[in-house]
Amino acid sequence: MTKQLTLVVKRDCPTCTLLEPVYAALAASGIALDVWTQDDPAFPESVSGALDEGLERSFRLGVEIVPTLIRREDGEEVERTWGWDRAEWERLTGLEGLGADLPPFRPGCGAKNVEPGMPEALAARFGSARLKSRRVPLAPLEDEIEAAYERGWSDGLPVVPPTEARVLAMLDGTTRDPGEVLGLAPPNLQPCTVEKVAVNAVMAGCKPEYLPLVLAVVEAALDDAFCMHGVLATTYYIGPIVIVNGPVRRAIGMNAKGNVLGQGNRANATVGRALQLVVRNVGGGKPQGVDRAALGNPGKYTFCFPEDEEGSAWPPLSESRGAGKGASAVTLFAGYGVMGVVDQDSRTPEALVETFADVFRGLENRNRRNIDAVVVVSPEHDRVFRDGGWSREDFEVALRTALHEPGHSTPKLREGGLLIVRAGGGAGMFSAILPGWAATGPVGSIPVTKEVGT
Amino acid sequence: MRNTPVLVDPTGEVEPARREPLARPPSLDGRTVALLDISKARGDVFLDRLHMRLDERGIEVKRYMKPTFARIAPIAVKQQIASEAALVVEGLAD
Repeated sequence: MTKQLTLVVKRDCPTCTLLEPVYAALAASGIALDVWTQDDPAFPESVSGALDEGLERSFRLGVEIVPTLIRREDGEEVERTWGWDRAEWERLTGLEGLGADLPPFRPGCGAKNVEPGMPEALAARFGSARLKSRRVPLAPLEDEIEAAYERGWSDGLPVVPPTEARVLAMLDGTTRDPGEVLGLAPPNLQPCTVEKVAVNAVMAGCKPEYLPLVLAVVEAALDDAFCMHGVLATTYYIGPIVIVNGPVRRAIGMNAKGNVLGQGNRANATVGRALQLVVRNVGGGKPQGVDRAALGNPGKYTFCFPEDEEGSAWPPLSESRGAGKGASAVTLFAGYGVMGVVDQDSRTPEALVETFADVFRGLENRNRRNIDAVVVVSPEHDRVFRDGGWSREDFEVALRTALHEPGHSTPKLREGGLLIVRAGGGAGMFSAILPGWAATGPVGSIPVTKEVGT
Repeated sequence: MRNTPVLVDPTGEVEPARREPLARPPSLDGRTVALLDISKARGDVFLDRLHMRLDERGIEVKRYMKPTFARIAPIAVKQQIASEAALVVEGLAD
């Protein structure tokens, strides 16, 4: 095996300049040594180094602190150390007595390639070959946001311009390969790669740390059971509704409390919007094109919210649908809303569930059967069920029983089509029903739950 | 001058990246044609002639005018044309 050492330093760092005798010792040891300096080609003086032009080498090596010392065997990196720690440098190099006259420890300095703004700029300059998407050069005076409108990329609201730097930063949010195909995006059945999702997530306003969640949402939408093509093409009101469970909710700061179904939270808003932009841009699904909605609904801009697991006596929706305990997961439901369930009087579960049943009886058309729906139980209604000792299953059974009509062979609510979640602000005895599509079950859309990856 | 911005294409890339002009309508039947006089000398001669020919074919014509050729059309004029007509013809030079 051939041992090689790579050293990255800068003149502007007092620790780097302190180590001149160590560099000389390394050079004298006979070990192959290449030295890269970030600022001054005349530094170090004790060994000859090369200027890291444009900081490309530092970027590719992922240097964060100078000095950084990397040991390779046959060209492959084996280990690295940064700053000055004599014991570490001796162990890594196999040399003894390094810098014997120096203090045993000195912290390093920030590398130039990680100064504010530099990682993004370097990623765009040296990392953009990773991106396979077509580039769209604009005219010199063309405004990026207006250009996105002109090209039909927007849902009607401004989008964040998907520059190479922003897309590369977004892709840093996942461990997945940018070229991985998640599925075929309807209606044009175009391959939907991780990269294309990242581009649209940028436009939606997502942070890179949202990307694993967005990827799970898109995967759920592209699952055949969800029937995204039909959900898009129908004349019905519906669009995809995203319900989020697990630790990711709090990790990215989603809102499960007051105004949970409304505006104002970046993660809630942009994760749902990213899916809609993927369908629009990658799939080519546009209103009055393949999207044949007669009315649509405002949730087709974005409709994404987390369950308030911490405030609920019931286990998370995702667990009831087979996701792992404690796992982050998304559930996609084809629906619209919001239909109010207002009951400020009932103090028993038996009375309250009758109000929910009343709303279902009058929903859309009294002859409707086989309805799918999300029921969002507000905290003050949840309290009534909790005080009465009702589980989610108790609630569902009581609701189905209340809606049973002798003489009808088809139930009001489709078996397996009811998703009961708990969310919302602490005051207000107002729950909600988010009704589903007319085509439910295997002939239409089936709710899909997917765990969130990395 | 700032650098030419480059964006990453968010689409499925089944259409050209360059923006295509809108397709020509297959026929003018039932469509209202706007004639926009930009206030440049003799533009009215061209537009009057065009107006006559469209009248002969029974096509509805509406006339509009910019206050000056030296500035872009006022928003009110653009919005009025967009609300009232399907196509617009303007005479650009004298």
